[in-house]
Amino acid sequence: MKKIFSLVFVAIFLVGLVFPLGSCSGNKETLTVCNWGEYICDEDSEDGKMFDVIKRFEKETGIDVKYVTAETNETLYANMKAGGVNYDVIFPSDYMAQKMINENMIAKINFENVPNYSNVMDDFKDMYYDPANEYTVPYFWGTTGIIVNTEVCGSVDSWDDMWTDAYPNRVLMFNNPRDAFAVALLKLGYSLNTTDEAQIREAGEELKKMKFNYVMDEFFDLIPSGSAVMAAYYAGDFITVSEDNDKLEFVRPESGVNLFNDVMCIPADAKNKENAEKFINYMLSAEVGLANTLYVGYSTPNKAVLELLPEEIKNDPVAYPEIDEKWERFEALPNDINDLMRDLWVEIKSSNK
Amino acid sequence: MRSKKPFYPYTLWMAIFVIVPLAMVLWYSFTDNNNSFTLENFKYVGDNLSTYLDSLKIALISTVVCLVVAYPFSYIMCKCKVSTQRMLNTLVMLPMWMNFILRICAWVMILRPQGILDNLLGVLGFGNNTIYHSETAIIIGVVYNFLPFMILPIYTTMAKIDKSLIEAGEDLGCNGFKVLKKIIFPLSLPGVITGITMVFVPAASTIVIGERLGGYSLLGDVIDSYYKGPSVDMHIGSAMSLVLMIIILISIAVMNHFDNGEDLAVV
Repeated sequence: MKKIFSLVFVAIFLVGLVFPLGSCSGNKETLTVCNWGEYICDEDSEDGKMFDVIKRFEKETGIDVKYVTAETNETLYANMKAGGVNYDVIFPSDYMAQKMINENMIAKINFENVPNYSNVMDDFKDMYYDPANEYTVPYFWGTTGIIVNTEVCGSVDSWDDMWTDAYPNRVLMFNNPRDAFAVALLKLGYSLNTTDEAQIREAGEELKKMKFNYVMDEFFDLIPSGSAVMAAYYAGDFITVSEDNDKLEFVRPESGVNLFNDVMCIPADAKNKENAEKFINYMLSAEVGLANTLYVGYSTPNKAVLELLPEEIKNDPVAYPEIDEKWERFEALPNDINDLMRDLWVEIKSSNK
Repeated sequence: MRSKKPFYPYTLWMAIFVIVPLAMVLWYSFTDNNNSFTLENFKYVGDNLSTYLDSLKIALISTVVCLVVAYPFSYIMCKCKVSTQRMLNTLVMLPMWMNFILRICAWVMILRPQGILDNLLGVLGFGNNTIYHSETAIIIGVVYNFLPFMILPIYTTMAKIDKSLIEAGEDLGCNGFKVLKKIIFPLSLPGVITGITMVFVPAASTIVIGERLGGYSLLGDVIDSYYKGPSVDMHIGSAMSLVLMIIILISIAVMNHFDNGEDLAVV
């Protein structure tokens, strides 16, 4: 009896061992996409404008897509540096794309395979992070700002208003050093790209003064439910959560915000480069771009998509604002400044009691 | 004599998945980005001393709470019918079938402002926003997570105690408390020691629970942030892990010494 059991176990073990290997060695075309959370359309709408973007790509091309998400630019970078991951398409923000390009982590895109690149608005070409338009294709753009529950907090108008003891544990802050330091730097009136150690230390002290609730994707739960009442976050995500809670308001403080582009890139060690180009081209098409824009709520750099957008979205000052000169874009920081920011970040987070 | 050949695969396994990673941690701890020897990484241990103390304190409190809950629970469990014992055993293990992060997220839902417990405490007049983002919340999370690791070894050793020993004690005039003190407790001690180790060690290096429930980073999160960036530095992360490992090794050695001493006393 025991023998039969052990034979069955061995058989199950062997089957488990062989099958995944079998599916890998098959000739099926594959693609690994690493995106942010809630950053691609995966829902069908009744009017057919929204659909599961990945599923349709798989159906149209027969390519098997492995879709994963990273939480922040920093984790994406660390995952790629540490090795052991093999992404074919990634969606870094401008400053991270710049850093990765500088460190030879990104492959040049063959734009012959991406004819839909002509849909990209000229304002989003020749950017500082990719001056010759070789490595990146813009996906979305947007700004940061304050999302506030007006029912509880009334109205706010400056970053200073986030430093309040009135709502303990209910004020959210970016859980990544670059964005969080940016808020403190804006509050103090310094540049987001400062390399002055004293200014960065001062910003760190500002963050230490307040007991924030540091989160990223939990924002989508804490804000609409009313558990948190104020948050520094991205404009596009406000549009998503405001559908579930009409007491929310988006504020761009007078002193400025961070203006950003998120781009699509192919890592230098991508295994399926041509499939990645096919995917990028697909994402740039008007139909797919529209589905993503309607679902994600961020602002599109795609003129074909913009034409198809309903008027009320096109004229929404949250998604498509007049760009203010004071708004600043992130640039890649030198290593010693990144080290300083990391050490201060550890201090801030471990003393946040 | 039995052949040692069957053990070779395990030896190889241990070498690849235990010895090599440990050697790498050791190597990274004492080198910098240019692979030259340095003690600079250990400076960060000093900088984060208060985080070490926080984490060890929380691990210690959680271990004590787990023990206080698990020992009577196991004792009662052993007195139950066999079928009830099986059911309780399954119930203890049930939460472990779910992902660790999901379980912590569930606790966030319970404890957060305007959450289930928060509203309940508010209605009962204890005031809102009392537990979320506090040390208590972290201890609740750690105890919830690691309690099964305390219950199972204690229950297993207790269930194996020879009933005739207890009967003998009773025949010789011991009351219930004396039986517990003189027979059951000494014989269940190995389970207690295992339980303490299995709770204390992972609790001291736990990640996520501190950040999500307590609002601040514990040691595991701090080490993690050196692997995350904005600038990745595995050397610092390794040095901090190494010091934690040494602290834990010393605690285990002390525990084991205590265990051996008790064994001798029983013999």
